[in-house]
Amino acid sequence: MTDWTRKTADELAQALAAGEVTSVELTQAHLDRIAAVDGNADAGIHAFLHVDAEGALAQAKASDERRAAGTPASYLDGVPIAVKDVLATEGVPTTVASKILEGWIPPYDATVVKKLKEAGLPILGKTNMDEFAMGSSTEHSAYGPTRNPWDQTRIPGGSGGGSAAAVAAFEAPLALGTDTGGSIRQPAAVTGSVGVKPTYGGVSRYGLVAMANSLDQVGPVTRTVLDSALLHELIGGHDPLDSTSIDAPVPAFADAARQGAAGDLSGLKVGVIRELQGEGYQPGVQARFDESLDLLRAAGAEVVEVSCPNFVHALATYYLVMPCEASSNLAKFDAMRYGLRVTPDGDPSAEDVMRASRDAGFGDEVKRRIIIGTYALSSGYYDAYYGQAQKVRTLITQDFEAAFAQVDVLVSPTSPTTAFKLGEKLDDPIAMYLNDLATIPANLAGVPGISLPNGLADEDDLPSGFQILAPATEDVRLYRVGAALEAALEKNWGGPLLDRAPELEGVSA
Amino acid sequence: MPEITRDEVAHLANLARIDLSDAELDHLAPQLNVILESVASLSDVVSADVPPTSHPLPLTNVFREDVVRPGLTAEQALAAAPASEQQRFMVPRILGDEQ
Repeated sequence: MTDWTRKTADELAQALAAGEVTSVELTQAHLDRIAAVDGNADAGIHAFLHVDAEGALAQAKASDERRAAGTPASYLDGVPIAVKDVLATEGVPTTVASKILEGWIPPYDATVVKKLKEAGLPILGKTNMDEFAMGSSTEHSAYGPTRNPWDQTRIPGGSGGGSAAAVAAFEAPLALGTDTGGSIRQPAAVTGSVGVKPTYGGVSRYGLVAMANSLDQVGPVTRTVLDSALLHELIGGHDPLDSTSIDAPVPAFADAARQGAAGDLSGLKVGVIRELQGEGYQPGVQARFDESLDLLRAAGAEVVEVSCPNFVHALATYYLVMPCEASSNLAKFDAMRYGLRVTPDGDPSAEDVMRASRDAGFGDEVKRRIIIGTYALSSGYYDAYYGQAQKVRTLITQDFEAAFAQVDVLVSPTSPTTAFKLGEKLDDPIAMYLNDLATIPANLAGVPGISLPNGLADEDDLPSGFQILAPATEDVRLYRVGAALEAALEKNWGGPLLDRAPELEGVSA
Repeated sequence: MPEITRDEVAHLANLARIDLSDAELDHLAPQLNVILESVASLSDVVSADVPPTSHPLPLTNVFREDVVRPGLTAEQALAAAPASEQQRFMVPRILGDEQ
């Protein structure tokens, strides 16, 4: 019997088109897999915060009816998907993994969710994440951590650990994530999946519960480069409801991926970022990266080293810009209009209620970042912190411009290490923040990036990721180069890397 | 780079409208200092003539046609409110009796 949960989204779309399976059967197979392995805060993968079985099956049934009538809504019509809990879903709880929004049911859909529904993709549920997307490990969820399918004592990355784990554990063929400093790419790297941060403005942010507006970007999490391209084509494009949305046609990402899979990279110039390798990178991660460079050379690409000297300041810049924007954004969670309201004893004023509610509703990491942002934006410190960070952001953007004048794409390991143990870095924010070292520069400059699995590190047999960056609006290059490398790697491995992940034992939810 | 004191964290928490317990203040103050130390390097990186980048895209105001569009009903808008009355959000009082 076919195990539909092991198929890629492209394979599922083909099977649906050929009439080999129905969307209801596919959706039910994934719901069964979720029921078997996802568990809860105490056991299992815990990739989902909310499973919408009824809604997903109703959408699947409607999809099957369109197929029967010969009018599928899109190539992916009927292929189920999971959505990070940071995106508003009409009638389905959206908590951002925070107590302060527990029980909130949005009265509208985020634009990307609306596009999924219009394209006919049944939405399986909402995936776990670090609270308000603040973290690199999905341990900061108010509802308990997600676990890495490769080793359940380890983190699945963050903040989109739920989406990456759902895809890697075969609970969903596709997922949506958001990437503010690497929250799609870093979880993809440590779970052996593919994650894409599109060009800033390439995908609508309307209906995304914002952490840092100038950095946040919605993007695909999948098991193959082609699947990411297919999903990106579907969610991309201009949205008049988002003032930061780019008003330009969506390029043919899937064509670029199919072309790249043929494996010819002749004429392509690849730049290895000198500042994002070597010291501080786990030897096994560095070794897989170096081998991938050899595969790119074998495909005909020219590989050169490029220096981006200001990237060494990217982490510090990010950890000023992001909390400043976050502290401003999160001011609206004040217990007045929605969410948690804690009323202290006695005769409390509105301000007393706000303070008590925000203390009870926000977790430690969120409070830490709000306080940092409040400090850096306060009178007397604004120029020294926020103003200075904005200027360094200019230098990082100029580094990208200079590098892309020399090469077509830039590459680096996605994350300096493989997945670390749950709890290992919880009390050391700086150590936690270092996981985003290689992904952050792309967010500061708004350029697109992809992470794809490039093998297992020798030390721990855990996945490492290969990051490719391209100039703004040139996302097609990610898919062409990513698919070529993926094809070469899978030829060497004899199949997808995720086939080597351990079998998951069933847990009771 | 000035050190951030426990009292200063309490002041910032007040500005940010968050009640922090004594334990949270004890925990947060040293962590915030570590973070601020790690970002202190930025003060020496740029010269005055470097323009700041606030956003990766040049932004302009977006205007829509001034026409009536379907919106949320009062019931939908109030559905997640902690409390409501007469189709309005019900919030704690702001002004005291004497005002």
